[in-house]
Amino acid sequence: MRLASAVLLAIAAALLASCATPQRDYRPDALAIMKRDFHARGSAGMDRLNEDAVQAACNQHQDNPPQGVAEKLQKEQSAAIKWPADGKLLGDWKSGERIAQDGRGMSWSDKGGVGGSCYNCHQIGPRESSFGTVGPSLYQFAKLRGYGADIQRYAYGKIYNAKAYNLCSQMPRMGHVGALTEQQMKDLTALLMDPASPVNQ
Amino acid sequence: MRHALVLGIAAAVAAAAPWPQAAAQTPDPTAAEFDKFREIMEQDNPAELFEVKGEELWRARRGPKNASLEQCDLGLGPGVVKGAYAQMPRYFADADRVMDAEARIVHCMMTLQGFTYAELAKQPFSSLVRTPDPVSLVTYVAAQSRGMKLAAPQNHPKERATYETGKAIFHFRAGAFDFSCASCHGVDDKRIRTQPLPNFTKPDQAIRAVQGWPGYRMTGGVMHSLQWRMNDCFRQQRFPEPGYASETVSALLSYLTVNANGQVYRGPGIKR
Amino acid sequence: MAEPMKIRATLQGDVADVRVLMAHPMETGQRKDAAGKLVPLHFIQTITAQLNGKTVFAADVSQAVSRNPVFAFKVKGAKAGDKLSVTWQDNTGDKRTDEVVIRAGS
Repeated sequence: MRLASAVLLAIAAALLASCATPQRDYRPDALAIMKRDFHARGSAGMDRLNEDAVQAACNQHQDNPPQGVAEKLQKEQSAAIKWPADGKLLGDWKSGERIAQDGRGMSWSDKGGVGGSCYNCHQIGPRESSFGTVGPSLYQFAKLRGYGADIQRYAYGKIYNAKAYNLCSQMPRMGHVGALTEQQMKDLTALLMDPASPVNQ
Repeated sequence: MRHALVLGIAAAVAAAAPWPQAAAQTPDPTAAEFDKFREIMEQDNPAELFEVKGEELWRARRGPKNASLEQCDLGLGPGVVKGAYAQMPRYFADADRVMDAEARIVHCMMTLQGFTYAELAKQPFSSLVRTPDPVSLVTYVAAQSRGMKLAAPQNHPKERATYETGKAIFHFRAGAFDFSCASCHGVDDKRIRTQPLPNFTKPDQAIRAVQGWPGYRMTGGVMHSLQWRMNDCFRQQRFPEPGYASETVSALLSYLTVNANGQVYRGPGIKR
Repeated sequence: MAEPMKIRATLQGDVADVRVLMAHPMETGQRKDAAGKLVPLHFIQTITAQLNGKTVFAADVSQAVSRNPVFAFKVKGAKAGDKLSVTWQDNTGDKRTDEVVIRAGS
């Protein structure tokens, strides 16, 4: 009986030791040295290191925020989406393909226009084999989900602000941060939703 | 009774294990092809030209103080180059901070040779027409750790704190696109366009953060070090620019290297 | 000022497997610099190799070869201790010679 107790104590001690020193939060240290060591360049200003509510929530909760936190912020993000005034969400899919291919914009080395960078992370059209896999495939997007107004709205909304649908999504908020214009987002929506788009063949 | 208790606790420990069970994913076949390509190209790597150049620079008397770098302490004692790269980043008392190899070389160029940070940081990365001296130097130093196991130390409290800070930086989402390093490098089996994205949070993949750097990039025929790679990652993340050889960069390199500790470093590499 | 070459010559029987890494910009004359000006033609035109003073390899090279080129060739009749020297000359008249002693292969 004494041996069993000794074994139990040893195991308990080992367990305690492994979780005895909960790591303190090093994010303040990280933020402090980043603010000190980074500098603005081109269009990339130091304000980009300031967490907004979404980034703060995702950073604080390791991209896994509690449901209440996520719902509240998603609602706020959703409310901030600027829907086209003319009510039309579909543009030109041929332009959309070009925008999806274009990975430029918003970095300190970019001087001109902004593209969607979509192929960096997604499979989209059938003819482009150089696609990334960070995000899900968008091939046959509407063919699989339907061509209705609700899906159009979902597609446009996601492109405008993916965080409105999934708070800690890795997808940038292309409309919300002013990366893409309304026309560009309409063209991308058409790429995904137009029955004539190669994506839906 | 005794056995049941021990087994019960063992089961409890197993259930509480902190390692997440990753969903089984089919490995990307293009990644294997890139590896094969790199292996073939590594046999005659133009990086060796920069190793030679770096050694010349190490021994030459240069700068306002007209001194060589042969007294530079890379962590294993003044002038000891062999094996030093594999044991960095590490804490240096004379600078009171953790430094990666290139930051340490910059420090030695300043203290031993009299160069200023301003002139070394002005254009610190290679172009088609110019390879900065610290880049050749770090290529030489790295080559002297070829074939050795990575062993970035975690003995000094600042080494441990720097690792944790690096980890926090790695996971910090910010910038115009809400990216952190982990956005691309914190998941398994993903790629950006056709470029594989190793998961640097895992030891067996973290080696890919260190392996092959400094690396000769065939696109443009330029030599690049990890200082460049960290800089370019932040650019692509749409962040502002990190200071050259700053603590931020050393902290990140500490996180990546310590994660890869124990694995063999094959020396300067070659890239597409 | 010509940068040094890296020459590796290992014996397999009486054949020396030679690999030469040359540091050279190999400008095609078609590239534009950051200011938009054409970077002038600057490339290695000839490479020769001598084994103990006797020419065993000669090549005419064009600007199509890429920057920091690698050349690999085999030389029959070599033995350990032989001196292998390699010389390149470029279109500006710049030249470089480096020499190694052939080692026994594994």
